[in-house]
Amino acid sequence: MTDLLEFLSLRDANVRFVVLGTILLMSSASIVGTFTFLKKKSLLGDAIAHAVLPGVCLAFLLQGEKDPLWIMIGAFITGFISTIFIDLVVRKSKIKEDTAIALTLSTFFGFGILLLTYIQKSGNASQSGLDQFLFGKAAALVGSDLYNFATIAVILLVVVFLFYKELKLLAFDPDFARSIGLKVNLLELLLTSLSVMAVVTGIQAVGVVLMAAILITPAAAARYWTDRLPIMLVLAACFAAFSGLSGAYISYTLPRMPTGPWIVMVISLIAFFSFFFSPQKGIISRWWQIRKYRHAIALDNLLKTLYQLTEKEARTDKWFSFEEIIRKRFFTDKQLQHTLQKAKNKGFVQCKNEQVYLTAAGSEKGQRIVKLHRLFELYLTEIVKLAPDHVHDTADKIEHILTPELEARLEEKLNYPDKDPHDAKIPR
Amino acid sequence: MIQQVENPILEVHDLTVSYDSKPVLWNVDLTIPEGALVGIMGPNGAGKSTLIKAIMGLLPLSSGYVKLFEQPLDTIRQRISYVPQKESVDWDFPTTVLDVVMMGRYGKLGLFKRPSKHDKEVALQCIEQVGMSDYIHRQISQLSGGQQQRAFLARALAQEADLYFMDEPFAGVDAATERAVISLLREMSTAGKTIIVVHHDLQSAQHYFDWVVLLNMHLVASGPTKDALTESLLEKTYGGKLTLLSEIGEQMRKTNLPKDIR
Amino acid sequence: MNDLLIIITASLVAASCGLLGVFLVLRKMAMVGDAISHAVLPGIVLAFLFSGSRDSISMVLGAGLLGVLTTLLIEFLHKKGRLQADASIGVTFTWLFALGVILISVFAGQVDLDQDCVLYGEIAYVPIDLWITDSGINMGPRVLYIAAINLLLVIIFIILGFKELKLTTFDPQFAGIVGISATTWNYLLMGMVSYTTVSSFEAVGAILVVALLVAPPATAYLLSKSLKNMLLLSLLFGLLTAILGYALAWQIEGSIAGAMATVAGVIFSFVFFVQWTKRIFAKSYSKKSLT
Repeated sequence: MTDLLEFLSLRDANVRFVVLGTILLMSSASIVGTFTFLKKKSLLGDAIAHAVLPGVCLAFLLQGEKDPLWIMIGAFITGFISTIFIDLVVRKSKIKEDTAIALTLSTFFGFGILLLTYIQKSGNASQSGLDQFLFGKAAALVGSDLYNFATIAVILLVVVFLFYKELKLLAFDPDFARSIGLKVNLLELLLTSLSVMAVVTGIQAVGVVLMAAILITPAAAARYWTDRLPIMLVLAACFAAFSGLSGAYISYTLPRMPTGPWIVMVISLIAFFSFFFSPQKGIISRWWQIRKYRHAIALDNLLKTLYQLTEKEARTDKWFSFEEIIRKRFFTDKQLQHTLQKAKNKGFVQCKNEQVYLTAAGSEKGQRIVKLHRLFELYLTEIVKLAPDHVHDTADKIEHILTPELEARLEEKLNYPDKDPHDAKIPR
Repeated sequence: MIQQVENPILEVHDLTVSYDSKPVLWNVDLTIPEGALVGIMGPNGAGKSTLIKAIMGLLPLSSGYVKLFEQPLDTIRQRISYVPQKESVDWDFPTTVLDVVMMGRYGKLGLFKRPSKHDKEVALQCIEQVGMSDYIHRQISQLSGGQQQRAFLARALAQEADLYFMDEPFAGVDAATERAVISLLREMSTAGKTIIVVHHDLQSAQHYFDWVVLLNMHLVASGPTKDALTESLLEKTYGGKLTLLSEIGEQMRKTNLPKDIR
Repeated sequence: MNDLLIIITASLVAASCGLLGVFLVLRKMAMVGDAISHAVLPGIVLAFLFSGSRDSISMVLGAGLLGVLTTLLIEFLHKKGRLQADASIGVTFTWLFALGVILISVFAGQVDLDQDCVLYGEIAYVPIDLWITDSGINMGPRVLYIAAINLLLVIIFIILGFKELKLTTFDPQFAGIVGISATTWNYLLMGMVSYTTVSSFEAVGAILVVALLVAPPATAYLLSKSLKNMLLLSLLFGLLTAILGYALAWQIEGSIAGAMATVAGVIFSFVFFVQWTKRIFAKSYSKKSLT
């Protein structure tokens, strides 16, 4: 606990660097990732991330020391080559994109591993830092490194800001972008360069193996909370920054733990929470909506049944027993109890001694359902020309979803009819 | 104009098919007589491919049922055959014409069994029927559009079925192939096979088919060509969508209406 | 002798991967294969923890389970969660792989696995990692047996299911019409891929196995006109990769698995560029002959 306070107070200069650095790196990478996500090119980021490893090693081999600038340049070059290679293979042979990506990422990475093990065997003392690029080590962000990485992160953010509407169009509708005279190829190149830069900076904290998660997962999580791009970008950046912060903290307190996997774990948990629980789009929320929907439909059906009973019997007392209801339309006991309770709460029915009475409000609602049912049956027989004995089941569904606007248009189309195809009155 | 027949080879009863809760075909009731050469026509997005895919069990039904040879689908799989749209497969697949046609025999073989000499003879015969004997060892990506269609047709023939479904077999083929294919279909029809073809071109339809199904989200007409292919029915089929119906369908998609709700 | 053992093991692994990879490439599921190979890691670690050793059977079970689970999770996020396909692959495998690495770090004392082994295996130790029976008889290198059994099962799987695999890969809809379930064969294939990645894990690690699954089949794909042809060529390129890879690693004293992946990439690039230039020449030639 004191660790956490110490960490969050940012008193230690090193901690300050690490915290600011990871937040910048993570959020800028996730913002670039949001565009690749929307372009449905997420996995390309995975290939780039793996492909920077040989660049890192080659830079080290040529330079002989772990100079961050050279390493970044090396990483950028092989990362970029990998995207060109993928593009070339897809365009100039019958190889499909997924194969080209998997092929490139694994062979480039293999080459990187070969170089890395070669460097390790050759016993160069200062190589010790290189394998941090595999799984990342946020705590290693210090002093001068940070300025380099932060500069790139800021460049990324500024470029995205400047080209915001072009990138948006590129992700959303490249054909349209081309038609209004945008240089789509150049924009694609820009986005690719941005991805490579994001990867190059991000690997310090997360490592090449899991870098793809920073490009993909925050964007995927953010997508579940909003339909608007600006909000999505902000959310993705926040999710990424938070997971980066957690990773930095873990890296600070447990130096033996690899940072990257923890960052990915945190961002993945945020993503899974979003997939399940985000309002509207979450799996649980949608499941809950359907459940609510079923209850609403059961209520509709109860009121409809009661209305039909009053209509048919023309009874003045209008009290009906449970058996009468169930005979007209089947409900399980539980369903009936539950639905009656709800109808009572809403003032649609009154209950006494297992007898049910439809109130004026209930009758109005029941009447509308019956009306919609019969209207739609008539529409199906008159306009769609279906046989009268085939329209009931469909109308039974449609009656629950017609909006007043669609209802009005149905009536108009059918010229305000009185009778349905089975000669029952359409109530008004 | 929806004519139903006695002892149909295909019966579609009150069939509704939805994508994403939105119906693309509403309550289709249809019967097809044995030995007919049938054209399914309608504008783009009318649900033509959807109808045959649903009949063959490739798509889930929202309601209704399908009977082939007065039996449910699973018992008579061996008797039906399918020519999918050409675009539905990857023509770069490393396989030859003979190989593709042999696939028509797989259904009859059963698990783990390998094709026999007889199977190969049948396949070669079918290739000859479509005039592709010179190309049996050609890789399929090296074929022209018309030749690819012929290879698919030969595969269907190799199934030795009684009922054939073909999804736009004339799309993107040369005139010679179209002529060859239609005469082959007529031959098959004369031999008692039933052939159901999704077709685009109105002009040729009246010469090609002896039974026509007109579709536009719902069934507009089904009957002998001369009765079904009339001006007024075509006007109904192609004269625009039933906007109200498609908006109601859209409303169903929006509310994400579960299938079993009533 | 030791060199030979390593080369044989590498060849066996490359052969199994090359054969199965053909179907991944043709089904456009190369990235799903990549995802599975990453995602089996937590299964391997958990199997380690529960069985307390490198007991192959529990490893295969644990990781095989994880492999099929990965496929299910990707599908679940895509279909039920309505997440786009590429992202559901990306989210799933990075998460599971991260989990695996974390488990290794947390249980570092109890699990005889380290991050290097995860990344590029330890095929160099094959000759000294012996299978000694309870009665003390030395049966030879343990990993060699694992790889041999794997290859045997892969070959049996492909021979028995050849026509089903072919048809469900080429035209799954047509397969459905003739009563061959594309879904069933998809899961069988994914199960075999998981099993193979686990078997190859100790030799080449979780990531480089992807190179063996994808590169030789992709190279074969460029050259073959029938499926049998492609399988044989892929097998051949796999063996070539194993042998040349070992030679390269021996030359520069680097990781054998890394060298194999490098060689696999070089072979592919070679074939690709030769074909490409051939096409360019053919084009300019036909232009010349026209004028």
